[in-house]
Amino acid sequence: MAAPASTQTVDLIARFPGMVTADTRPGFTGFIVNKENLLEVAVAIRDEFGYDLLTAVTGVDYLAENKMEVVYHAFKTTGGAGLIFRVQVERVDPIEVPSLTGIWPGADFQEREAWDLLGIKFTGHPDLRRILMWEGYEGHPLRKDWKEAFYEEEVKPFKSRWPDGQHIYSEFKNPFRDNLNFPKDFDPEKYEPENEKDLYASLENHTLKGEGGLKTDQIVVNMGPHHPSTHGVLRVAVTLEGETIMGLKPVMGYLHRNHDKIGERNTYLQTIPYTDRLDYFNSMSNNFGYVTTVEKLMNIPVAERAEYIRVIMAELSRIQNHLIFIGMLMNDLGTMYTPSLYVFEERELILDIFEAVSGARMMCNYYRFGGVVRDIPDDILQRIKDLVVERIPAKTDEMERFLNDNEILVGRLKGVHLINAEDAIKYSITGPVLRAAGVPYDLRRADPYSIYDRFDFDVAVRYNGDMMDNYLIRFDEIRQSLRIIEQALKQIPQGPINSQKPAYQVRVPAGEAYGRIESPKGELAFYVVSNGKPNPYRYHVRPASFVNLTAIEHICRGAKIQDFVALLAMLDIVMGELDR
Amino acid sequence: MENEKLSLPNYNIPEDIQNVVAITTLDRLYNWGRRSSVWPLMFGLACCAIEMIAAQTARYDMARFGMEVMRPTPRQADMMLVSGTVTKKMLPAIIRLYNQMPEPKYVVAMGACASSGGPFKEGYNVVAGIDKFLPVDVYIPGCPPTPQALIAGMIKLQEKIDKQSIKTVRWYDKNKADSNYVPMPILGPDLIDVRRNAEYKKAAATQTTQESA
Ligand code: SF4
Repeated sequence: MAAPASTQTVDLIARFPGMVTADTRPGFTGFIVNKENLLEVAVAIRDEFGYDLLTAVTGVDYLAENKMEVVYHAFKTTGGAGLIFRVQVERVDPIEVPSLTGIWPGADFQEREAWDLLGIKFTGHPDLRRILMWEGYEGHPLRKDWKEAFYEEEVKPFKSRWPDGQHIYSEFKNPFRDNLNFPKDFDPEKYEPENEKDLYASLENHTLKGEGGLKTDQIVVNMGPHHPSTHGVLRVAVTLEGETIMGLKPVMGYLHRNHDKIGERNTYLQTIPYTDRLDYFNSMSNNFGYVTTVEKLMNIPVAERAEYIRVIMAELSRIQNHLIFIGMLMNDLGTMYTPSLYVFEERELILDIFEAVSGARMMCNYYRFGGVVRDIPDDILQRIKDLVVERIPAKTDEMERFLNDNEILVGRLKGVHLINAEDAIKYSITGPVLRAAGVPYDLRRADPYSIYDRFDFDVAVRYNGDMMDNYLIRFDEIRQSLRIIEQALKQIPQGPINSQKPAYQVRVPAGEAYGRIESPKGELAFYVVSNGKPNPYRYHVRPASFVNLTAIEHICRGAKIQDFVALLAMLDIVMGELDR
Repeated sequence: MENEKLSLPNYNIPEDIQNVVAITTLDRLYNWGRRSSVWPLMFGLACCAIEMIAAQTARYDMARFGMEVMRPTPRQADMMLVSGTVTKKMLPAIIRLYNQMPEPKYVVAMGACASSGGPFKEGYNVVAGIDKFLPVDVYIPGCPPTPQALIAGMIKLQEKIDKQSIKTVRWYDKNKADSNYVPMPILGPDLIDVRRNAEYKKAAATQTTQESA
């Protein structure tokens, strides 16, 4: 297990006397910054102390203390533990906190999310609109005093189900006979929808203006949410001048399934299957991130054999994710279906292994606090070995041989700029996209978790930051993952697979934990606040896709519309994780 | 398979012209044509969509049953495979797509979410089942349904098509013509199903406390 992030190595208090105090609540670390001094302190954190990567921004509603808190997690791209700083404000509307988008543009979407779900106004934010729900939606759902239409009780298990066992349809309990909640005396006939005025106004504000010369009209095109190549239900509104993208705004939330809110009602154990459904290609990695975080809070060891099983599964998951990435990218570039049929063939073999160990192909629900749920029999280990030693390396080589020199592929990818290192860090991009821009930042090395420090592997890195590099780096990563699995298969010991006794209810001491892993798409992190009860007080997912997408506007402005789908494919987004 | 034979069994066609002549009813011909080319709308909502893709790849190959031609445009699709969680925000788009599909059209709810809201039912942005808005023909249980289950569901749909008659299907019934159109819901303070406006108004008037902050 990774050492708990120690943040006291940086002495912010001495640097900013009177503006910063240490967080002394039991189980919490980091600093509380005065709201008025936030910008000043943040600049120093970035420039003087070198925490250049702001990974997570989120809010917590402390209803009982009448406080709203915004928590920031900053890290160094050179590796090491992070710095947690937070701002606490009175919980009276309007709740205002200065926006950090000027210092880290990567805070953009995350601040919008905090506004949408918690109602925290970020002053100075250039485009503060709702992001997951639609404009006009009533209330801020993650506030502790906000109740959804199917609200039953504060926490699960609901008494009507257990121990009473008297379930009534939630529909019957709601006055609107459905999952609906309207304000008092609402008249639907008089209601006038906002019709996305805000979206188009903001698109117009953030559009580049033509440079005189030839006078052309700009047109606005909406792509999505039903668009075959947007990898799910993402919508983008683009302003075009000719073929050039002048402005672009992604619209998301079409798959917002209220993961955070449901997670706060669930017991700790109940959330594991929900994490499967975040990034549905990689349920194993999602499990990994979540259990690592809660284990951090619980402060329990992980069974030795389980550590190896976890690593093997997570890396297999990475391999199949990258394979799909390659197949889907080819689809987007126009080689309809053939390459993706091949990658799916390999993926099926990996899914077979998942099914054999966990019982499900996609939604594995396999990790548990302290270990995993079932052991791997030896014959499955042998099958994994055959796969990683023979089949997948051969197939990867074959794929590279067939695809990489293809003229069209090279023409479409080589030299088409995606993002450079400096911007990637500013926009909080993590994962392969950051590494393809030349920053060797891989959490398995930079902030090792689980047992990754025992393996010999290289951090895949490429330097051009163009699409070609972004494409090739996935092959590099597949090869490194294969290396890791091979070593893990050699080293895996016999023994128990869980350090804990199986239990429905785990005891989690009060405190907070921020656990992060290198998911195939980037940094997947969970922020969990516990108050010692069986349910988390605050449960937040920091998905890689969502934060990586923040840069899409920056990446695409000035690019050609034909390249848009490929550029988007490079970010490797998945909507389940993006919208949660 | 019995119902793939077009000729009615009670007519004796001489063997030498069996490949040339078929005697059948219009219904049977019509159904045979449709059941053998159910073109789904290329449309994925969530996790289930990935299994839908898997069902089309070499290992499961839905094409064996005549339903592999995914159409990106609703105007060419016969069937909408609702593969994933239906959220309130997405619903207007789904309804619009459905309305744009030409008849005959079918809806298949794939997975727990599309059938009932599934694991996310309690979520504030989730529609508890697409059947609250669209007429669903086949429900496929599972989270996600395996590709085999999906194919089994599709075969069920074919069986359903086989049993239909041109005389009774709703899209040729003059009196039911408007039943093929579903009015667009509106995104207001919450999702407004315009067919239930009066009901909402009444319930909102009796709402004692405003629960939302
Ligand atoms: S039924 Fe399960 S797999 Fe399908 S969309 Fe819903 S959560 Fe995802």
